[in-house]
Amino acid sequence: MTTITPSMKPSAPPGPPATASVPVAIGPLRFLGRALGTLWANGKARIGLVILAANIIIALFAPLLAPHSPTSTDFKPYSDPSASNWFGTTGNGQDVFSQMLYGARVSLLVGLLAGAAATVFAVVVGLIAGYRPGVVDDLLSFVTNLTLVLPGLPLMIVLAAYLPSRSVWTIVLVVAFTGWAYGARVIRSQAKTLRTREFVSASLLAGERLPRVVFREILPNMTSLVAGSFFGAATAAVMAEASLEFLGLGNPSTVSWGTILYYAQQQNALLTGQWVLVFAPGLAIALLATSFTLINFGIDALSNPRLREK
Amino acid sequence: MALLEARGVNVVYEPSRGARIWSVRDVDLEIGQGEFVGLVGESGCGKTTLGFALTRMLRPPARLTSGLIRFDGTDIAALSGERLRRSRRNGVALVLQSGMNALNPVRTIERHFGDVLRAHGRPGEATRLSAAREVGARLLEQVRLDATVLRRYPHELSGGMRQRVAIALALALRPRLIVFDEPTTALDVVVQQAVLQTIKDLQRDHGFTAILISHDLGVVLNTTDRVLVMYAGRIVEDQPSTELAHGEHHPYTEALLGCYGDPRADSVELHGIPGTPPDLSQPAAGCAFAPRCPLAEEICIRVNPALTPLGAGVGACHVRARAQRAPVVEVGHVG
Amino acid sequence: MRYVLGKVGLFLVTLWAAVTLNFVLPRLMPGSPVDAALGRLAQSGRPVTEAERRAVEIQLGLPDTNPFVQYWEYWRSLVRLQFGRSYSFPTETVAQTIGKALPWTLVLVGVTTVVAFIIGTLLGIYAGWRRNRLPDASVTIGSTLLGAFPPFWLGLLALYVLAFQLDWFPIKGGYVPGATPNLSPTFLGDAAWHSVLPAATLALTSLSGWVFGMRNNMINTLGEDYVVFAEANGLRSRTVALLYAARNALLPNVTAFGLTLGGVIGGSVLVEGVFSYPGLGNLLFIAVSNRDYPLMQALFLAITVSMLVAIFLVDLLYFRLDPRVRR
Repeated sequence: MTTITPSMKPSAPPGPPATASVPVAIGPLRFLGRALGTLWANGKARIGLVILAANIIIALFAPLLAPHSPTSTDFKPYSDPSASNWFGTTGNGQDVFSQMLYGARVSLLVGLLAGAAATVFAVVVGLIAGYRPGVVDDLLSFVTNLTLVLPGLPLMIVLAAYLPSRSVWTIVLVVAFTGWAYGARVIRSQAKTLRTREFVSASLLAGERLPRVVFREILPNMTSLVAGSFFGAATAAVMAEASLEFLGLGNPSTVSWGTILYYAQQQNALLTGQWVLVFAPGLAIALLATSFTLINFGIDALSNPRLREK
Repeated sequence: MALLEARGVNVVYEPSRGARIWSVRDVDLEIGQGEFVGLVGESGCGKTTLGFALTRMLRPPARLTSGLIRFDGTDIAALSGERLRRSRRNGVALVLQSGMNALNPVRTIERHFGDVLRAHGRPGEATRLSAAREVGARLLEQVRLDATVLRRYPHELSGGMRQRVAIALALALRPRLIVFDEPTTALDVVVQQAVLQTIKDLQRDHGFTAILISHDLGVVLNTTDRVLVMYAGRIVEDQPSTELAHGEHHPYTEALLGCYGDPRADSVELHGIPGTPPDLSQPAAGCAFAPRCPLAEEICIRVNPALTPLGAGVGACHVRARAQRAPVVEVGHVG
Repeated sequence: MRYVLGKVGLFLVTLWAAVTLNFVLPRLMPGSPVDAALGRLAQSGRPVTEAERRAVEIQLGLPDTNPFVQYWEYWRSLVRLQFGRSYSFPTETVAQTIGKALPWTLVLVGVTTVVAFIIGTLLGIYAGWRRNRLPDASVTIGSTLLGAFPPFWLGLLALYVLAFQLDWFPIKGGYVPGATPNLSPTFLGDAAWHSVLPAATLALTSLSGWVFGMRNNMINTLGEDYVVFAEANGLRSRTVALLYAARNALLPNVTAFGLTLGGVIGGSVLVEGVFSYPGLGNLLFIAVSNRDYPLMQALFLAITVSMLVAIFLVDLLYFRLDPRVRR
């Protein structure tokens, strides 16, 4: 029997490339809605979204929700929880409950802002490094790896200690400056992989210019990666902000969860029995950070089907 | 009695999001001792899933929803846990598609043999590395590999060598039936031939029953005695390999054969199969191939054809079945 | 071999970059840290010798001097471990102060990291092997929660409950006040007792990183062909889980060790601050509170160098673990 050599496969049209599909442009609002819907379907992410929403509401409506002004020192200092001061008062006679509500603003602001700044920087560096092999990539990768290797908190402490003014913006700056490297590394490797995908080559062959290709073809395929980076950076930012303020590197007159802890430590709240002063801010920080992490679980599951919940 | 008997096997994929996919539908088959059977079909037809179902290797989200799978009289579909694990010895073995990746990157080959021996050794029997080396060397020789391979790590071997090691490991179980899932797909043509020849020789020398799964009809016809053609989860034809060169067959089989041309001919006409493979999440009531079939009739769309006698074997086609029963016998060649 | 050489090269280059960064930072910062430092030193009570003054200038910035000359001088003083004098501890050189604190941090972070790595990896293996069932869910949620608590907060809580209220552990310090550090068994025992709370706090907070990484790696590895093949060959579950899946899933975790170490060190700074544990972190706390720049500079260098050495050692370990890099 003669050997039959295959020379053509059945002419079923080829399916789309295995992972990245050619993106369809849809409006940003619908995109956001769809993204939220998908996240909501994931159990862990749902809890995260609820906690985040609660924090946002508290931050926005703090003036309405807080029974007193957070900075007024009218109350008897070092007092335990009472009818008028649900969480007690600080050593300076300020109402802790109101401070907690207003404190949400700072933590959210720093978390989201520093997270966003770090992510933007990470995306820019990652895309350029991933897409331009050679010297540019080597240089950017080296800087990224160096920033990754340097210990984060000590670096932030040193930077913050040198800067003359102490404010929330100092903290945002310092956190963003040190927090971009991880995202950049991840995005760079993804950009490198996508660079060789057919639909990118197709666009370039069709005459599209590189920046357009990057923004309209590559970036939409990395949304879950960028979102994941953002929430990771935001988590780190919230923790870093709290840590820096606890160490006294923030502006002591800011009302934030970290400064509540700073004063609690300075005034030995534990020794005077005011455990609420320590418990409440810590729990709030933990909850906010956890919410970001939980949302990230949902994003992880979106991009890696193996991790999806059954 | 058939060595492997399957009745009414159905496998469903149930992903957490998205539609259920009927991957294998109502498959009946019987394979006798010593047969060398080929299972051929295009990507997505369910042949690998069927192979995994027969070797009890299905994992979620795939599920065997119904069916009887009897190996040498025992219902292996009912086995689980430790009994299932033990049944792998001297029973049904599976050699995976990518020999590339079937070996643990951080263990040497001799340790792979050691692991297999230890897993199936009698309790209390100490399996030292020296015993593993002995067994390993012997088996490697049978797959035409040198004993020096034992001390190597998988990444130090070529694709073809790794595929042979995988076969040798399966042989260590002294299986009575081996399912080869696309054993040569990831290899280049020259190596393909060598590996296939090795498999044929092993089957002849050891006498185990073999099922070779491939999308490449040429490979299957060259190596096996009997061919099962699958389409959209069902077996649509079952013939001795030699019979496929002539006679009338299921339209899908004929289309597959028509895809090949003789490279030595002066001019070759190539044909594809128009249309697209069916959506397995919405199984049709009638014949799954009907939308693409040049012979399709009204009954084909309504009623799913059963496997009826066709030539030297069986086929699932209303039109061919009718012609088979008709008094006038047509003699013709496939193009 | 090429791998090892590559890692050595990487270590040296990163070391150089870190040192250079340390050189550049105080010179870029607004407000002339060198003047502030010299001013404080002058107020510290002890007279400042010319050599000490020079050392501080080399660390923080000599005005009107060629930066390359400064750089050269900087390296020279580093090699000789001359960092000047801090005003928080005016009776000794910065090098001496750091020298006393270094072993405490090394032991604390070293032991904690190893313990957290082992426990975290084991938990991650367990969670990944039993994914999406109860063990996975409880391990995942438990460690997420633990990891979300700021390390200093857990420390404060532990301090309050276990040390203050229940009096099971000492409240602060690394050893009984008044004792002189030595290597006698009594002192070591006492030091160990004082280390329990800080170490436990640090371990608990760094646990989650290991657990997640390992769990996700396990899940990915379990889908690999060699795991499927091992099961098809009838290998025992435990063999497959440990020798085939976990052993391979471990590798990316080891690679990622360097990244997580930075976080552990950050945590150790906070934990040492809370417990007044006499390590580098506590010193940093003090230095920052006092705006003690010479001490801060040297501390940052010490912390960074220790980290780079640890990462280098782990990279060498990876060489042993993954045969694929041994070409």
